[in-house]
Amino acid sequence: MIKVQKTGFYSTIQDFGRHGYQEYGVPYSGVMDAYSASLANVLLGNKAQSAVMEITMMGPVLEFQCSTTICISGADMTPKLNDLPLKLNKATTVKSGDLLSFGRLNYGFRTYLAVLGGFKTEKVMGSRSMYQGITKHTVITKNDELLVDTSVKGFVKQLATIKIDKFHLNSNIIEVLKGPEFEMLSKSKQELLFSKPFTISKDNNRMAYQLTEILPNNLEPIITSSVLPGAVQLTPSGKLIVLMRDCQTTGGYPRVLQLKNMAINILSQKFTGNNIRFKLIEF
Amino acid sequence: MGYELTYKPFGEHSILIEWPSIIDKDILLDIISFKEIIKKNNIKVVIEVRISYNSLLVIYELNEFVLESSVQELKNIYASFREQIKPIFRQWKIPVCYDDQFAIDLDEMSLEKNMSKSDIIKRHSSAIYTVYFIGFLPGFLYLGGLDKTLYTPRKATPRLKIEKGTVAIGGKQTGVYPSESPGGWNIIGNSPIEFFNAQSEIPCFAKSGDRIKFNSVSLKEYQNIKSLVEAGVYQLESEMIYD
Repeated sequence: MIKVQKTGFYSTIQDFGRHGYQEYGVPYSGVMDAYSASLANVLLGNKAQSAVMEITMMGPVLEFQCSTTICISGADMTPKLNDLPLKLNKATTVKSGDLLSFGRLNYGFRTYLAVLGGFKTEKVMGSRSMYQGITKHTVITKNDELLVDTSVKGFVKQLATIKIDKFHLNSNIIEVLKGPEFEMLSKSKQELLFSKPFTISKDNNRMAYQLTEILPNNLEPIITSSVLPGAVQLTPSGKLIVLMRDCQTTGGYPRVLQLKNMAINILSQKFTGNNIRFKLIEF
Repeated sequence: MGYELTYKPFGEHSILIEWPSIIDKDILLDIISFKEIIKKNNIKVVIEVRISYNSLLVIYELNEFVLESSVQELKNIYASFREQIKPIFRQWKIPVCYDDQFAIDLDEMSLEKNMSKSDIIKRHSSAIYTVYFIGFLPGFLYLGGLDKTLYTPRKATPRLKIEKGTVAIGGKQTGVYPSESPGGWNIIGNSPIEFFNAQSEIPCFAKSGDRIKFNSVSLKEYQNIKSLVEAGVYQLESEMIYD
């Protein structure tokens, strides 16, 4: 069990999400930065998709009530174990009574806490990803006691130190494919998408990231159609909205671009005020 | 059958198949048939097929996806089917209470349309609606078949909170909010039943192609049904459709 002593800004339990329920209007959910979450799991010897804690911007204070091994990957929020600095991307053994806390955000926006064997919180529709209306708990709150798998022992062998490439945490290049309605844009509007940087607006969360700059357009709304995480919608007022993991299953705005899977991970580590550039990749 | 379809990649491992851009029951049946045939063909790399008004989204295993051959395979399947394959559709009777307690926009609609409230209620509850697909929120049914005289523009400013079960009209559409949500539609009633159950293997009772008929109930009946729903013993009425 892991007890939440203080909540941070916003933390949830996430795995790789709910698949096969989209025809009922259920979002996929799942870790925003699947690359970092997989890394934390794999470094522990877990399956890459095991449930982790996704920690946004400012971390919680957690008390371990059992011995286990943990690993943190993704944003650097200055993690500390009992006030001693804790390295990212390194399996660390903890014992009952140990306190994990976080400090200053140095880079990135979301970090992932993996525990040996994974979190064993409530599973609904094949996933432990928290989502309002689907799971009972939708966010980590004070005094929560989170179940972890203590039956898995045997993480003894330390993996050779691996060099972690921070490329995806530093890059601001968002690789995109053409979206279904890309060709509805005039050539000059298409070029505008790739010729200048865009800024992440304050409206950014697990559902969607809105961009600040406006792309004036006269596209008609489309008849409501399916959308996917990573779809970039263009509203009549010219707002660009990048859908993220908790997005609705359908939408009525033209889908002008579609982020590549890795680009969703990269964008997940960006926050208000950061700049990004779209780069078109031909299919 | 026989529609001019377009096939486009959507993301790294999906194909979006599009029908003419209109909302039409025959197109819906064609889309449902194509989905059924794709399922029957058992293409093992297809992990999900999603319906909307005028498209099918076919999602493949990421590492097994080859665009050109997959599009060709789908085209061959579409060309090969000669008759529509329909699953069994049902018509569902959905209790709705149009009492003033819930119907907070009905007065305004009545004034603007110069139509009595009871006339609006009658028109709304006598139509038979087709379920096109589920989206927007878990369990939100996109319905076709709203009486043209009831078309009402969305509110200029959406409400931050719309109660679960709210029955509303937005533009040419009508629907029921399956959970609390923000929304800009005009509120005309409330249904006491559950449209989504996360604990159930099949979380929604209705599917694409089914029909819905709203049944006007009094406030007292509403409360009775609500108690039965909360106790988990309410039986929704439905019948098979033969046509």
